[in-house]
Amino acid sequence: MDFGPHFLIASLEGAITAAILALTAMGLSIVFGVMRVVNVAHGEFYMLGAVIAWWVAHLIGIHPALGFVAALLLAPLLVGVLAAAADKLILQKIGYDPDRTIVGTIGLLYIIQQSTLMTFGPDARPVQPPFNTRLSIPWFEFGDNGFEIIWPWGLGTTSYKLFVIFAAIVILTGLWAVMTRTKIGLIMRATQQDNEMARAFGVPVERVYAWVFGLGAALAAAGAVLVVPIQQAHYLMGGDPLLLSFIVVIIGGLGSLPGTVIAAIFIGMSDGIISVFFSPTLAKIIATLVVAMVLVFRPQGLLGKANP
Amino acid sequence: MNKKNTIISSITRRTALKALGAGTIVASGALPRLGGYAQAQSSEPIKIGFQVHRTGIGAAYGRWYDRTTNAAAQRINDMGGINGRPVEIIAEDDGTDPKRGAEVVEKFATQHGCDIAFGTLFSHVVFGSAPRAGELKIPYFVVSEGHHVASGKLNRYTLQPGITDVKSQVQAMAPFVSDNLGKKVTMIFPDFAFGHDHRDYFSEAIERQGGEVVAKIAIPPTETSFTKYFPNIPRDTEVVYHVMVGPAVLTFVKELGEFFGPSRPEIFGFIDSLEAVDINSPGLEFLEGTYFWEGMPRYAQPDQTSHDKAYRAAVGVDDNGASTSDAKDVSTFAHMFGCWETLNIVKKGMEAADYKGPDDRAKLIEAVEAMSDMPLSDDHPQGAKLFNGKTHQAFGHQYISKVKDGRLDLSHTTSIEDTFYDDEVDYTKQPF
Repeated sequence: MDFGPHFLIASLEGAITAAILALTAMGLSIVFGVMRVVNVAHGEFYMLGAVIAWWVAHLIGIHPALGFVAALLLAPLLVGVLAAAADKLILQKIGYDPDRTIVGTIGLLYIIQQSTLMTFGPDARPVQPPFNTRLSIPWFEFGDNGFEIIWPWGLGTTSYKLFVIFAAIVILTGLWAVMTRTKIGLIMRATQQDNEMARAFGVPVERVYAWVFGLGAALAAAGAVLVVPIQQAHYLMGGDPLLLSFIVVIIGGLGSLPGTVIAAIFIGMSDGIISVFFSPTLAKIIATLVVAMVLVFRPQGLLGKANP
Repeated sequence: MNKKNTIISSITRRTALKALGAGTIVASGALPRLGGYAQAQSSEPIKIGFQVHRTGIGAAYGRWYDRTTNAAAQRINDMGGINGRPVEIIAEDDGTDPKRGAEVVEKFATQHGCDIAFGTLFSHVVFGSAPRAGELKIPYFVVSEGHHVASGKLNRYTLQPGITDVKSQVQAMAPFVSDNLGKKVTMIFPDFAFGHDHRDYFSEAIERQGGEVVAKIAIPPTETSFTKYFPNIPRDTEVVYHVMVGPAVLTFVKELGEFFGPSRPEIFGFIDSLEAVDINSPGLEFLEGTYFWEGMPRYAQPDQTSHDKAYRAAVGVDDNGASTSDAKDVSTFAHMFGCWETLNIVKKGMEAADYKGPDDRAKLIEAVEAMSDMPLSDDHPQGAKLFNGKTHQAFGHQYISKVKDGRLDLSHTTSIEDTFYDDEVDYTKQPF
């Protein structure tokens, strides 16, 4: 394939990775920003979102679009409620102590993963996309006949893949509006800045924590519902998103939402482009190297504040 | 003073009770065991340790290997067992993980007291487990397709008599691909031992036919998104040769179709890319008119043998290759016959060796090494095979099917001779 079309297809694939990653990493970032909790089980909430999406779509089963819409609404909700319950039952009981929350969420990771294995089973299961038309993309070249529009072999995407990018932008814009324009957002930001002062002003910090933990998990689940018609639901699918989310959150700055989005786009696009032109392993190596460099030269991340 | 006395007396009572309880357990546990040994070996079951991919990337294969194995054991027991003794399958999950695989083999040998170990599919698990089987001197019958057994990399205790290996399969495919589909081939394969067998031996074989491999695209078996690999397919490719494994195979084939759109080259795949997946899944319509290698035809063919029919009925597979109880549960039909045939070979081997127990393991291996002709029968429903005792590898017919109206129709059957290659090892010269 020529360089131009090749680069375009790489960028499109990268944009999809970036879109899903931005949602997933945003969940991790919010939880850390507000609660100072490193949620190791985050990837499992993602997996659970995909599995519930399959289950809902399977139960409804009339039309793929109907099942998908139901899954997009129900899966994040159910995962969010489950995460909020986990916060009440586990994290609150251990007082959000940093060391113990890590151990606690590792335990949660195994409980969710193995329960899924025991109920959903070890198979990968597909969810039908609501629509999926292949779209060929034209390219131009200056040949013997001057400027020409051509349709290169293999250069194309699907309508659903474009929808994923669009949906991720909508969800993230909605989140931004909630955080900056509503009272709930104000309370969350107040808790993030100084939870003791917030408590003094009557903010029910415990309840805010449960909501935030649920919201973080729901964002991961939403990302998974969007990706499951492209990939498939599988009980081991939570590993990669967890790793990439950590990379994104460290580069972007723990707790910084704009930083998370910028880092997600950077990691997603570079993963897509480097994978296509070189190898997927090199993409992971470079991402890890960037994390190391950020930790050495700018430990607070791109947009993080020093000594939060 | 008074308090102290109470405590002391209560502890004594509790200790006494504990001791009593322990005694009872020991007695009840030990007595029937003694009885069992007294009964001696005549009716003691033959224990076959079944290393199964219940979880991990091989789970779909594991589920069907499990069903086939149980059906084969049931049939052997219904026919009177082996040397008059019933067969007991002891299954352990290896998580499709080489490290766990070696531990499972060790459990079979030392903890469960199994007579043999059996059943592994994924080649990296075979590679991880076979050395341990050799050290523990337990016969290890694999159903893996990898060329590792016949390559001489393993040991005398590892045998593959029930399924053919990749080297012989791809060698038999190359003439068909170059004569019917094209000479310029791009290969897409999983990046581990099994995929490397495909890469190396198919490249050699197609060059002998005057063709060439124009690109080799390796994909990690845990990959979940594939479009990014496809731009590396050169424009002058005439045939795309694909083989993929793992939970994401459906995504792989779907994205391949989306990549090419309406102008696809010829496509030749190994059915591994769609094992346990319905060929009529949405997004796979582009496969119409493409070809697949099949170890055994998934759809019952018009000239179906009575052996194929009996085998399907025993395992619970319908004429479309899906479970008789759930039409959506598609089997790994092109591979799982290997479990059925291997267990029948173990039975024949044990009978020929007059196998009594673990002391006769070497005799069992010698008896299997002495086998050669395995005619088409209920024991070998996939087809006739020739076993090479020196390389511990079976050779057999290969099937090429074409996708037509959402079915796989058999279009070519290779001869056994098409699959032969020179011996690379003589395991019979290795000491036990």
